Amino acid sequence: VKTHCRIYGCVEILDAKTKDKLCFLDKVEPNATIGEIKSMFHKSHPQWYPARQSIRLDPKGKSLKDEDVLQHLPVGTTATFYFRDLGAQISWVTVFLTEYTGPLVIYLMFYFRVPFIYAPKYDFTTSKHWVVHLACMCHSFHYVKRLLETLFVHRFSHGTMPLRNIFKNCTYYWGFAAWMAYYINHPLYTPPIYGEQQIRLALIIFLFCQIGNFSIHIALRNLRPPGSKTRKIPYPTKNPFTWIFLLVSCPNYTYEVLGSWLGFTVMTQCLPVAFFTLVGFIQMTVWAKGKHRSYLKEFRDYPPLRSPILPFIL
Amino acid sequence: MSAAAPGTSKAAHSDVAPKKKKGPGALATAYLVIYNVVMTAGWLVIAVGLVRAYLARGSYHGLYYSIEKPLKNWYSFIPIYVRLLSRVSGIVPSSVVLTGFQVMSRVFLTWAVTHSVREVQSEDSVLLFVTAWTVTEIIRYSFYTFSLLNHLPYLIKWARYTFFIVLYPMGVTGELLTIYAALPYVQKTGLYSVTLPNKYNFSFDYYTFLILIMISYIPLFPQLYFHMIRQRKKVLGHVEDYSKVE
Repeated sequence: VKTHCRIYGCVEILDAKTKDKLCFLDKVEPNATIGEIKSMFHKSHPQWYPARQSIRLDPKGKSLKDEDVLQHLPVGTTATFYFRDLGAQISWVTVFLTEYTGPLVIYLMFYFRVPFIYAPKYDFTTSKHWVVHLACMCHSFHYVKRLLETLFVHRFSHGTMPLRNIFKNCTYYWGFAAWMAYYINHPLYTPPIYGEQQIRLALIIFLFCQIGNFSIHIALRNLRPPGSKTRKIPYPTKNPFTWIFLLVSCPNYTYEVLGSWLGFTVMTQCLPVAFFTLVGFIQMTVWAKGKHRSYLKEFRDYPPLRSPILPFIL
Repeated sequence: MSAAAPGTSKAAHSDVAPKKKKGPGALATAYLVIYNVVMTAGWLVIAVGLVRAYLARGSYHGLYYSIEKPLKNWYSFIPIYVRLLSRVSGIVPSSVVLTGFQVMSRVFLTWAVTHSVREVQSEDSVLLFVTAWTVTEIIRYSFYTFSLLNHLPYLIKWARYTFFIVLYPMGVTGELLTIYAALPYVQKTGLYSVTLPNKYNFSFDYYTFLILIMISYIPLFPQLYFHMIRQRKKVLGHVEDYSKVE
């Protein structure tokens, strides 16, 4: 076996916790990738599909990437890898589609005043305030845009995430959507104090930032050729909405918070919407800081002027 | 909220007590010792206050008033500030969820329920949870003090990990009964509630909120309780093992 392994490359996979030998692969090409090894492992253990396999060199170390090549790794004639089960996985696309469809449908249910939400005499009535109709259009547009972007624009570097995330995420999105929609479409809703001016300003901000956010998504998509997982520094393009890249690492979040949701808050003058905007802002700041940090780590020549999410501030 | 959080870290279960592996420096230790001594003393003051008032009056009724001030002003807020300070200055890694939760619930019961609804202040249930808190905290803070000074008498360790078996349910019962007693008054007066229509398009029903809080005890209390039971097995099960885990 030893001489065979010296010529043909062998791989043994041990359980990271118990160190049990789970699998021995004896015909592994030296230029095989971790991804291919995962597929081979999957054949002998069908319950662990590749997406839920974490393969590492050290039981407590970082996961190896699917693109890593066997012969470039610091292993001997028989490579020893450790396996950890990441648990049931679900694709990002599925998660996004589920978490975005919910708010779309839920909001409309409140808008049309489906029974058992408000007092029976209001069932299937519509609000007399035109801002309520406008808000419904904006909210629905926002989530339709997100669904379409998920299907046609985004290129995901990770295929999957743990299954339990979908429950957490959907609770957040669906819960907040219901909470906001309840008040905006309520028979006792009070329209904005400054009336038309306020609504018009809010709408302009909202639309401006929807376009901005979309432009950033397109720019980010174009950084990455189809089917690849490469990462590059994003730069401003001919589209003026992308010039914000000069000052910010994650302008998609900037547009989302500063614009779309702030605009929606001003448009509806609704405290729950303000809460949702605030919570979203906090979460997106955390993500932006993380992304910014990994950009700095990965690229030596990363533009120093940029902040994670708010120009010069945050 | 769809970023794949790689390994959401479950914060370690430690209170304002140092982990044995990475002990704090001398200054930090002194600071923590002082804090824990002060807290022990503080809760002793409450305990003494309760006992004296009981002896003076000869009955359980209205004992809350004798310790109302120290309870409200000192012992709900000091822990918050100190823990915040500890966390901000990075002296002690503290479990955000567990301790934050406990302190929040104390503050909530003290201010948002007992202080806010005068009518429940003479309820026996108030005495029930105040007593439970007092005994628990005296033991707990002296436990931390001795741990920090590396001279932990077995009796204190034993008490810390045994008394809770009775005190936890006792405290929870007192808390729940108090909230329950407050309900009718909250509903009648609309305390802390906001109704529609208003220009912020927001409403809040404190009555429903209190009921939800009571319901939340159902999943939360068993988790905390069984966590302590598991800790007890770990800590008291191996007598020679110094309590590294909390």
